[in-house]
Amino acid sequence: MSYARLSRWLAGCAGALVSALAFAQAPVEVSFYYPVAVGGPITKTIDGYAAEFEKDNPGIKLRPIYSGSYQESIAKALTAVKASDPPVLSILLSTDMYTLIDEDAIIPFDDVMKPADQAWAKSFYPSFMENSQTGGKTWGIPFQRSTIVLYWNKEMFKAAGLDPNRPPQTWAEQLDYAQKLTKRDASGNVSQWGIQVPSSGFPYWLFQAFAIQNGVNLMNAAGTQTYYDRPEVIAALSYWVDLARKHKVHPEGIVEWGTTPRDFFERKMAMMWTTTGNLTNVKNNAKFDFGVAMLPAGKQRGSPTGGGNFYLFKKTTPAQREAALKFVKWATQPERAAQWGIDTGYVAVTPAAFETPVMKKYVQDFPPAAVARDQLPYAKAELSTHDNQRVTKALNDGLQAALTGTKTPEQAMKDAQREAERLLRSYK
Amino acid sequence: MTRTTQWVYGWLMLLPALFLLALFTHYPAVANLWHSFFSTPRASRPAVFIGLDNYRTLVDDPIFWQSLINNLWYALGTIPLSIVIALAMALWVNGRLAGRGLLRLAYFTPTVLPMIAVANIWLFFFTPEYGLLEQLTRSFGFATHNWLGSKSTALPALMIVTVWKEAGFFMIFYLAALQSMSPHLAEAAAIEGASRWHFFRRVTLPLLMPTTLFVLVNAVINAFRLVDHVVVMTRGGPDNATSLLLFYVFETGFRFWDSSYAATLTMVLLAILATTALLQFFVLDRRVHYQ
Repeated sequence: MSYARLSRWLAGCAGALVSALAFAQAPVEVSFYYPVAVGGPITKTIDGYAAEFEKDNPGIKLRPIYSGSYQESIAKALTAVKASDPPVLSILLSTDMYTLIDEDAIIPFDDVMKPADQAWAKSFYPSFMENSQTGGKTWGIPFQRSTIVLYWNKEMFKAAGLDPNRPPQTWAEQLDYAQKLTKRDASGNVSQWGIQVPSSGFPYWLFQAFAIQNGVNLMNAAGTQTYYDRPEVIAALSYWVDLARKHKVHPEGIVEWGTTPRDFFERKMAMMWTTTGNLTNVKNNAKFDFGVAMLPAGKQRGSPTGGGNFYLFKKTTPAQREAALKFVKWATQPERAAQWGIDTGYVAVTPAAFETPVMKKYVQDFPPAAVARDQLPYAKAELSTHDNQRVTKALNDGLQAALTGTKTPEQAMKDAQREAERLLRSYK
Repeated sequence: MTRTTQWVYGWLMLLPALFLLALFTHYPAVANLWHSFFSTPRASRPAVFIGLDNYRTLVDDPIFWQSLINNLWYALGTIPLSIVIALAMALWVNGRLAGRGLLRLAYFTPTVLPMIAVANIWLFFFTPEYGLLEQLTRSFGFATHNWLGSKSTALPALMIVTVWKEAGFFMIFYLAALQSMSPHLAEAAAIEGASRWHFFRRVTLPLLMPTTLFVLVNAVINAFRLVDHVVVMTRGGPDNATSLLLFYVFETGFRFWDSSYAATLTMVLLAILATTALLQFFVLDRRVHYQ
């Protein structure tokens, strides 16, 4: 390269740099952490949203940052807060609300919303808002939310002489079906289990469904009290433990969350409980006819909600907050919420999303997609308290102790409650 | 060159390494000790000096004690076994046999693989019903067993993964030591009519002692340092049966956000490692024969 050409080239570079800087100064930059917790090309979808949103709003530069699992995402977000460089917006577990408030990391959406936005804030399913509001303020906006549903293998139902189109409706039926569906050889080895409810990692979430079905939730709305040792809760745990240890229709010990869908595909069990977020996965991989149903009722039907909310961070400028709110509203409008639900299997977060033509057609072609929605009226807030991870761990340890047979359900829940009381005493 | 300039040169050469060591090893250790005497700062209340309160909590914390005991069993189960296997493998691939290079490669492969990947592979091996291990045991007519899902077998299952992962790594050190050993020794022993076992016990093993000490130090550190597979395979469950000390530190620090209690736990870990290192260097080192 000659000297003249080189200097021309350098001048060109400098010019491009200057204009790039001038351009970058103008728009409001909004950094946005998001985790990925289900299969599929989520990263691509989110990048697509960002590009589309920027096209509609030229004054805003949205910078989506993939931040790992939910667990890694909150670790990153809180570390960034401590280093005074938090994201403007982030999707984190709805149950992280109290932790984020206690760390003084987030602001309520009410601080940014104008009176005209109130109608939008009320457009979400109320059961999703239970985990998003406390003390009369809205701290989170539902985005990727789920509940637990029952999947069943229709071929196995037929083989066991059951109606393949009728899932169990009550706890008694669930046990009865599971007994008919469990296959043993002469020496007692099981080749096919009746039912499987995973218990690794976060057994509290699955267990919460049993407890709600038995009439109680596990905590109060202020997040300062747990009810682990209520008789109804102990009875709910006994039902789960008995499925495995007494009736032997459910595998013993801890059932891995991650391999449960695979066990289902491999025809190792006839019924499984897992998240609606697995719907697309099961649809693509099950080589047999399957059904999806609401969880059976104990005293009532019930499931906890789950999944992630949008949160607004505190150390941000008013312009950034406003831009972030604009994006949150844009991402939760009915058509987009519907498409997001179809692409991922998450439950669309507003009733209006289920009224859109695209969702109506999807539900018509694939009715299981509506099961989670129909279950929402029975859904309750996921377990979340102050010092959430520790209070939850106390329950997880108790559940695993009972499921592996080292403690009776009663002893396990009493120990868990004592530990939770100790942890929560300073928040009352 | 005068003594003074020599002295200055010496220190100047040491300085970069000393600076990095102080910045990334000594300062964090001291800061950690300092933080363990304070409460965890929260948004509404800053850290206050609480003296030995964190240490009192520690003594009363059943999960800490269980993690510590788990870790001791884990160390006891993995260190001697992986050293013996490493030595056996090294002796074997040091001999003349066909496909020696391939065999060495096979033994070393587990070391090259990242622990996260290894843990995911083993997760499949241990899967109940259709996992590799289950297919094997079932073909012999044993009943199915939930290896990672029972309190009694979860920790041993993790130990197996560790031994499998570490033995190949230690083998490399033994192999290097064996190859640097003079062949005259073996010839001399053969002329004297020493049996192979006698030669191994009286000549090879003593000459391998420096390597063994080095491997032992590494094995002990790794027993307290490697927790990736715990995160992937069991997350400390069932009911803390596989919670190791460092995993509990991580959980306390980055899930419970209780940084000062995590610092307190780290001090225990530091004390254990420092004591074992000192013991190994000052007590065992005297019994080691260097050429």
